[in-house]
Amino acid sequence: METVVFIVAAVMVIGGALGVVLRPNPVHCALSLVLTLFGIAVLFIAQDANFLAAVQVIVYAGAIVVLFLFVIMLLGVDKVENLEIDELRGQRPLAAALGVAALGLIVITVFAAGGRRITGQHSVSGTLSGGEPDINVLAHSLFSDYVFAFELTSLLLVIAVVATVLLARRPRPRRRPTEDVAERDEVRQ
Amino acid sequence: MILAVTPTPTWYLLLAAVLFTIGGVGVLVRRNPLVMFMCIELMLNAANLSFVAYAKALNDISGQVTVFFTLVVAAAEVAVGLAIIIAIFRRKPGATADDVNMLKG
Repeated sequence: METVVFIVAAVMVIGGALGVVLRPNPVHCALSLVLTLFGIAVLFIAQDANFLAAVQVIVYAGAIVVLFLFVIMLLGVDKVENLEIDELRGQRPLAAALGVAALGLIVITVFAAGGRRITGQHSVSGTLSGGEPDINVLAHSLFSDYVFAFELTSLLLVIAVVATVLLARRPRPRRRPTEDVAERDEVRQ
Repeated sequence: MILAVTPTPTWYLLLAAVLFTIGGVGVLVRRNPLVMFMCIELMLNAANLSFVAYAKALNDISGQVTVFFTLVVAAAEVAVGLAIIIAIFRRKPGATADDVNMLKG
């Protein structure tokens, strides 16, 4: 049963990823991304990361992809990209070769490690097999061991909001002071 | 056709590797900045999947904590990145990744 879930979710993930890379229309790419994100959420649940699956769907599929679609529609870039043209010569074969090489490297690393995945001391309090739901363990760990990083990420979010508002603002048209005064006098009379 | 094998963590790691590679090739090949951004999100999701696989394999919640932070940082990064893209597109409508060479010269 778990294998069936894994295979279905893996098909969703890989199919969505190929859709993002291969479809010429950016809106189709965004929808393929949603498929991938849902597949990842299913895989999270299969690995007992229920809270993360929910957060993934809410934040990634529900907010980030919607933001992408907003920007696509706002900027009008949903015109279909011409996938035939290759700007840099030989870019596509080189990218494919690099991709295969990187994949080979990662696969070799995964298999070379074998069973030796232990790196350092295991956590005592943050175990998943204790019988507690994963969200309890996650909350315990987050607010005790990682509370500093937690506060920093909240600071990061505030900075990101300020930066986004500032960057996306329409530039205000500058007027010289003399023109301003003349306009004001005109309006008064 | 019920397979008797259960997915080991290695399966998840290999799936994450394939997803990462597809995302990486996508960033290299596509020229629409928004689609490039989406391929970066694919790579981030591949890393998240690896972290959760290791959290399950090593019986340690730290992997899931890392995914939590990665999600937060990815959300912030997408917001700021899209704001930058909007700012660029205001100057040059229809820009692709090849057109953004304003720092040149």
